[in-house]
Amino acid sequence: METEFTPWLSLGGGMMIGASAVLLMATYGRIAGISGLTSKVFARSSDSEARSVSALFVLGLLLAAPLWLLVSGDWPQQWVPSSPVLMAVAGLLVGFGATYGNGCTSGHGVCGISRGSTRSIIATLTFMTAAFVTVFVVRHLIGA
Amino acid sequence: MKQIFALLSGLVFGLGLILSGMANPAKVLNFLDVFGTWDPSLAFVMGGAIAVTAPGFALLFRYWNTPYFGNTFHVPTRSDLDPKLLTGATIFGVGWGLGGFCPGPALTALPVAATGTLIFVPFMLAGMWIARHTPDLALKRTAGAA
Repeated sequence: METEFTPWLSLGGGMMIGASAVLLMATYGRIAGISGLTSKVFARSSDSEARSVSALFVLGLLLAAPLWLLVSGDWPQQWVPSSPVLMAVAGLLVGFGATYGNGCTSGHGVCGISRGSTRSIIATLTFMTAAFVTVFVVRHLIGA
Repeated sequence: MKQIFALLSGLVFGLGLILSGMANPAKVLNFLDVFGTWDPSLAFVMGGAIAVTAPGFALLFRYWNTPYFGNTFHVPTRSDLDPKLLTGATIFGVGWGLGGFCPGPALTALPVAATGTLIFVPFMLAGMWIARHTPDLALKRTAGAA
């Protein structure tokens, strides 16, 4: 499925993500890493402050699309792969990998790189490479 | 009441993901498909986010000793590269390339309730649970040898 290249919307949306990360750091001193925050909602080791900040952040994420619907009259446009097995495996790998590797696209890719963290830069290059290779294999070698 | 900013922060993050097109797995998968239907948008999202976050963090850490509502900035201090980081990142990348979802967009897209998303999210949470209960294999080996 082809998608339209949207440089300005993507740049603007990216800047909102950055503003959110700065806001969360300025208010509670927390990294806006979604895998970390999501995990903290459930982890037994979380203190009550970490848990409530994380839970409210995730709640905010969940409210974004309904708010979008309310304002624009339409759900955000999307196409989601529908194979149940593929999505189950993908979800398992994403959840496991992000938590095991201490971060995902937001924690390592945005916040970590912005801090100049070597670990995050290497992690981002690693998961980007793995993702590029995976899509190449799936779309061009297997031809799904 | 002071925690309203956490909700606001999540909301702005989610709206940013939607506006940028990143809550749509098709756009992410096309970014990763350089030799096919390539859509470079994701690079602009990362660029825009880092262009705001990097100077924002730098100013905060320079002029503020503590966050507004807390005692410390919870910022990782490790700088070593360990197998756990690289293994985790690789596994995450493969999953991201398969489904086109990473955690933020998956949660943001959850209320839209596409079948694929409804399957992805619970399995993602299960994966996180498993990772939290998986000991660091490299450490375990060292401990076993000692």
